[in-house]
Amino acid sequence: MAGKEEWTTVIRPKTGIFDLKLGEVWQYRDLIYMFLKRNFNSAYKQTILGPLWFLITPLMSSSMYTVIFGQIAGISTDGAPQFLFYLAGNTAWGYFSSCLTSTSSTFTGNAGLFGKVYFPRLVSPITTVIYALLSFFIQVVLMLAVMGIYAIRGVYVQPNMHLLLIPALIAEMALMGMGFGIIISSVTTKYRDLRILVSFGVSLWMYATPVVYPVSQIPEHLRKIIMLNPMAPIVSNFRYAFLGSGSFDWYYWGISWIVTAVVLFIGIVIFNRVEKTFMDTV
Amino acid sequence: MTGNNSDAPVVIRIKDVKKQYRLGTIGGGTLKGDLQSWWARLRHKEDPNLKIGQEGHVRNEKFMALDGISLDVHKGEAIGLIGSNGAGKSTLLKLLSRVTAPTEGTIKIKGKISSMLEVGTGFHGELTGRENIYLNGAILGMSRSEVTEKIEDIIEFSECRQFIDTPVKRYSSGMFVKLAFSVAAHLDNDIMLMDEVLAVGDMAFQKKCIDKMLSVVRESGKTIIYVSHNMQTIRQLCSRGVVLQKGKIVYDGEVEHAIGLYLNQAKMQAAKSYEFDGSKRGWNFLTEKVLMERLDVLEREDMVVRDGENLRFRLKWTAKEDIKELHLRMMIHNNDQAVVATAVCPAFMECRKGEVYERDFTMNVEALCTGTYKVLMVLYESDELGSVIDADAVWPGLIFERDKTSVLDWKPRLFGDVELPEIE
Repeated sequence: MAGKEEWTTVIRPKTGIFDLKLGEVWQYRDLIYMFLKRNFNSAYKQTILGPLWFLITPLMSSSMYTVIFGQIAGISTDGAPQFLFYLAGNTAWGYFSSCLTSTSSTFTGNAGLFGKVYFPRLVSPITTVIYALLSFFIQVVLMLAVMGIYAIRGVYVQPNMHLLLIPALIAEMALMGMGFGIIISSVTTKYRDLRILVSFGVSLWMYATPVVYPVSQIPEHLRKIIMLNPMAPIVSNFRYAFLGSGSFDWYYWGISWIVTAVVLFIGIVIFNRVEKTFMDTV
Repeated sequence: MTGNNSDAPVVIRIKDVKKQYRLGTIGGGTLKGDLQSWWARLRHKEDPNLKIGQEGHVRNEKFMALDGISLDVHKGEAIGLIGSNGAGKSTLLKLLSRVTAPTEGTIKIKGKISSMLEVGTGFHGELTGRENIYLNGAILGMSRSEVTEKIEDIIEFSECRQFIDTPVKRYSSGMFVKLAFSVAAHLDNDIMLMDEVLAVGDMAFQKKCIDKMLSVVRESGKTIIYVSHNMQTIRQLCSRGVVLQKGKIVYDGEVEHAIGLYLNQAKMQAAKSYEFDGSKRGWNFLTEKVLMERLDVLEREDMVVRDGENLRFRLKWTAKEDIKELHLRMMIHNNDQAVVATAVCPAFMECRKGEVYERDFTMNVEALCTGTYKVLMVLYESDELGSVIDADAVWPGLIFERDKTSVLDWKPRLFGDVELPEIE
């Protein structure tokens, strides 16, 4: 007979703030793998173009940006080829925004599943963020291919040693996107207003981020404010690593990491709090 | 199977658990209310939003689905949770399976728990049977290697081998539930929670499921908590019965006694007049063009309908809208909450908005066998195409007992609840 008071699970009305249950998520890593496989296997069944959609959307929007912001508005790209400049910005921003928007419906979108069986709910947003990497990497490959085409035609960009920092940039976008996403998803279980704000807010946020313009074009008095936007240094550093246009900013990137850590922590705390009772309010 | 293993170690200890729900709509002005409540709690003051009608059971107020439940479950026990709808059975299972958290109290669990509140949770139509076994297994807490170890057994048990590499969206609903049950039945956890899930597939498969569950309990010393309205499966599966009523445990002990007590609860409710308030409304999809108010049983000493007797009653209702043809439908349910027969009074009246109506009805329940019956009573209209539009429904609209002399020793489990007239 085992020790009488050795319980494996104790269910209480509330848990402590710092009880993040990350160990439990690790135990369920097989579930993350199965969800990824499910998403992958089912995503493009019964579509004609299938995974080609991963390429079509960034190509279309980068072309559009080239025409509108490059040709019509004539915004400088710090010497980088316009199409590549927008493609790079799009790739980074696209990953972040898809992490944010898809994790922001974690609770409302999975209510059916969450209502029937328990697993650490964080599994869901983590799966989403990893799955979004797939389209991100395909776009990076596309970008490299376009760089190759430019090189053949004699237009060279300068990829540099900062490429080694790309994993850190990707990780930060994933963590921050997920952090904001799960905060929104936790709040929307009760107050649905925020969900309407998300898609609208994300597109506004893009314009506050140097995606369609370089940092050098921001007027001096606004630069400080815009660079405090945690996504601004990420996009600009990402572009610098691949294209060598602009500069690599360490100072604001550091601040951006601090913001990410805070947002993620707050997100997980709120998320764990809401996951216990959201079935009663959703 | 008189398993009173009170010497076995306790694997689940439920202590003073309460679960509170808010009735009525959530949202709409609640942000302000929530902020107020939160601010009050912060200062250890009384919640300003709790003051009115704390008694509960009023619309938009609090409602205790579980009201102070304490229960010790020993290793290897199979507990049957019994109670009428809304007694709190499913809520208790939800708390145990950690789908939602209790409002008060603690639950301590020793060992891995797996819940089968619904079979086929997380099945994805585009994936094949085999892929779904892995996915569902992972959702239920199995590792990939565990599934790989058992997949042959699972496929064998499901009787779906032929279609195992076909997407499940092409499955018939029967095959789907068979496969889903098979995954759940092969879980290797110490504690299993089950809600009515055994009732899947055809009769032969149901029997197979029960046998599987029985062997799980007997051979591997697993602990089972089972919720069902089907007393038959509770008898077969459980070694201890717990009866819930309005969020409280009213009996805990021997299975037969628990079932008897529960069946009597229904009998006790058999009355000669019924008032229909908001809580008795049958379901959600009602046009509410009429509102039933009360029912009085006529010309009757008790609620036992004997041979040669009819059931006469007077129904009172208010018309909220004009209705050209109103119909009445009496859907008769047995003690397992399964519908066994329906009687209709077609197109008996035209109603005008705002008027209150009363009418007497006579129902012949001769064909029903001995037992206690509950009636889901529906007033409805039908459109020009003949489809039925329910206006109002009450549950239970009427509860009665039937005492019938049958031509043979009638066993409802074998012969059903309806005895048709003799064959000539």
